[in-house]
Order: sequence, then structure tokens, then C-alpha cells
Amino acid sequence: MTCILDVRGLSKGFQMHHLATHMAAFSEISLTLSAGEFLLLKGRNGAGKSTLLRTLYRSYLAQSGQILFHSSHGVIDLARAADVDVTLLRRTEIGFVTQFLSARPRVSAEELVAEPLRQAGRDPAEALEQARHWLAAFGVKRTLWPAYPTTFSGGEQQKVNLARALILPQRLLLLDEPTASLDASARAALIDRLAELKASGTAMIGVFHHPGDVATLIDREIDLTPDAPQEETRTDVVV
Amino acid sequence: MTAVMDAPRLVTARPLLTAQGLSLNYGDVPALRDVSATVYPGEVLGIVGESGSGKSTFLRCLNLEETPDRGSYTLDLPDVQGNLFDLDRFARRMLCATRIGIVYQNPHLGLLMRHSSSGNVAERLLIAGERRFGVLRHKARGALDASEFPLARMDAPPEELSGGMQQRVQLAKAIALEPALLLLDEPTTGLDVSVQALVLDTLKRLQQDRRITMVIVSHDLGVIRTLADRVMVMRRGEVVEAGLADQVFQDPQHAYTQQLVHAKL
Repeated sequence: MTCILDVRGLSKGFQMHHLATHMAAFSEISLTLSAGEFLLLKGRNGAGKSTLLRTLYRSYLAQSGQILFHSSHGVIDLARAADVDVTLLRRTEIGFVTQFLSARPRVSAEELVAEPLRQAGRDPAEALEQARHWLAAFGVKRTLWPAYPTTFSGGEQQKVNLARALILPQRLLLLDEPTASLDASARAALIDRLAELKASGTAMIGVFHHPGDVATLIDREIDLTPDAPQEETRTDVVV
Repeated sequence: MTAVMDAPRLVTARPLLTAQGLSLNYGDVPALRDVSATVYPGEVLGIVGESGSGKSTFLRCLNLEETPDRGSYTLDLPDVQGNLFDLDRFARRMLCATRIGIVYQNPHLGLLMRHSSSGNVAERLLIAGERRFGVLRHKARGALDASEFPLARMDAPPEELSGGMQQRVQLAKAIALEPALLLLDEPTTGLDVSVQALVLDTLKRLQQDRRITMVIVSHDLGVIRTLADRVMVMRRGEVVEAGLADQVFQDPQHAYTQQLVHAKL
């Protein structure tokens, strides 16, 4: 299988200057991920699951180790890649899905969802058409499409966020509890979309409060709790 | 303190703006100490820091209003060569009028307050050599429209307009000649929150639709967070930290940046 991600000896901690302390988050993590594979991150609260996702996305700086991403342009170490290269990859190959929408004033739901396609150079009319398709798929009411999501309820904002985050197929998708507080039909739409992306080769790493939500997608699991067995291959459904 | 990253490998374009080792003293007071920055085409660089950090001085250097004691500044444009600080006053004025746009916090610095708004925008075009009245009017109108200025008021002088509208006139003037580089010095400071959001939105649209390269200075982290791809944190004339905007705000490395980020409401 095509390797997408090869993480070697990755460590992360936070230097808190005002407390003059260093807080370790995780250390010496190694993992690999192939195209179309879904890896579940497990571990107790504070084990560093979200921190690992953010470090892979470069929202956090790695302390040591390598994050070798097999991009369509070749292998690049995300822990050390130039900022402009990371920006380019985020626009085209690496997606990050959270449960929170960062709405902007005066930008409608459909424009917000279409944005990743437009930034990738797609025709604006086609981007808008696809945006509407995904808003419908995630169950956002048609009357809300041209409205500004800053005023939407939390649940509706979350659906807009998922439509936006998943509209453009990526090579690597980082999932930070996207199912939390989602209603049943939106959750089903999300699982469908993830399954579709997975089948088309997107590699995924995710953190889920209720892994049962995505049980059908999981290929492997890693437990980040210190001293837990490093990696196990999943054979049955874990909830 | 700033992590040393690899040189770009995927992005093959050359930086549009390269400033290297800018140092400037006002008497005994160092305003800039060895400040360097690189901005790629289409990128938005945000500069944050408190009053007196040197961020506005650095921006004035980029607009060739000030010359540092040391350092070089180049723009990668077809007919622009060498260290821009070596240019004489006339060449600087021409370069700024045609290739660099600027929006100041104080509209009085950028506008003639008693001339018409359209005239303020057209002045830029006049400097660049345009003399045909119809073309001037048409282009001024286009720039005002792109800045989302209500065209019914295009002949009103800025002194009769609200603060938000004055900033739009400045913006229209700045983009009238489709500059390669847009400099913004606290463009929304002092505006009402709702007006601030509108101006920010206009800037975001310009950035997305025209891919204008921007350098924006603000002490408001929210403004920088909304617009910038990359952030440079300045303190006492020095760059203490630089990186991707989300990284600098979520995982600040320098003690001063941590203090700055945690002070945000």
C-alpha cells in the first residue's frame, strides 16, 4: 500500500514561561499510515491525542522527531517544512476537521463551504453548486444556505463546518472529535462521506469520544496512554 | 527562539519581498534591530507587538518613507532591481505610487480630506501618468467599488465620511493601480467593532479574489488571526518569534508571545 504518513520518534511538550515549567504531552511516538487507512487514536484524557493531531498539522511545533508526509510532490518533513510549504499542503492535501466552525462576519454558509474549492482553483459557480450539495447532505436547511453562520445554533454551525472541511478530497485527514454533539442523521452523513473519502484513498487519523460512531471505518488503533501497548491491529468492533 | 525551518521545497516561486537585517536608531534609541522578513507572492504577513515595538517603523521602511541605517530591501518585480533604499526620492515616489499601496490608521496621512473621494483615488492614477478624464473616473470608480465603497457617495470629500468609509477610500487609493504589495498599518484600529468587521471582510475578499501580497501591522491579535497566513512578533525593535499564524497563537514559543496571547480576551 502507498505510504502517506511516516512519523518517527515524535515528541511534544510545552514550555510555560510564566510558570517556569515544562509540560510533556507525548514522547517518542512512531506510526505509519497508508492510503485509505483509518487509524484511531485512543488514550485517557490528557494522553495527548488532540495534541498529536495539532502537531501533525503544525499548529503545534514538534520538539523532536520527524513527520514524513508523502505529498504528491514528494516526501516532506512537516516538523521542519517551511511555513509556505505547510500553507500550500493545508490548502491542497492535508485537512483538519474539528467540531468548531470559524465563521467570518458577512460570509454566507454556502460561500464558506465553497471556499476550499475556490482556493483550489475550481470554477466559482461549480464550487457553489457542490457547496449546496454538501450542505444538503449534512442536513442544513435550505433557507440557511445564504445566511451568515455566525448567528446559527451550535449544531447547525457544526454541520456547515463539516461540509466545508470535507468538500475537497485530501490525501490526509486529521479528525478531532468531529462527531461530538452531532445529531443522528448528520452523523450518518459524516460516516458516509468519510467512507467515501477512505475508499478513494484518503488516509485518516482520528480522535473520537465514542469510537463506536466510526467502528466500521477503523483499521487500526494506537493507545497514547503512557505504558500502553504501542500498536494493535483491530480484529473486532471496539466501543 | 524561532524554530529554524527548512527552505521551501514545494513552493518554487521566489519571495516577492525580502528585507534583510534592517537596523535603525533614533539617536540612542534603537527602533529596529536586525529585522528581516520574507513574503511570498499572495501571502499575508501579520506583524504584532505593543506600541514602541518597531512594527510601524518597519512598515514605513517597507513603504520607503524611512531609510534604515543598515539593511537591504528588494522586491522581485520585472523592472525593479537592487536595494530599494539606494533609490533617490523621485524613484522611490514612483515605485510607491505604482507598485506599493498603503493604508494608514489615520486617514489624514493618506488622504486629502477636502478633495472628493474619487479625486483622492484618481490622484494615484495621475501620478502614474494617466491623463484621460474618462479613464481616471472609470478606474477610480472600479477601485472604490472593489473596496465596497458606496458609489453614490464617491464625490463626497473624506471629511464628510465616517471612519469606516474613510478607510475604504484609502484602500481604494491603495489598490487603484493593482499594486504588487499592500501595506496596512492598523487599518481597523479606532473603528467601531461592527465597522471593523466590515473592513476586515473587505480585506479578506481582496486577498482571496486578487491574491494581493499584504503586510499588515496591528496590535489587535483578532485582526491578524483573521487575515494573516504568517505572523512576526516584535518587541523593542526586534523580531522575537515568527511562524504560521495558528502556530504562533496556539503554541507560542517566546515568553513575550505567551504573555501577549494570554492577555487576549
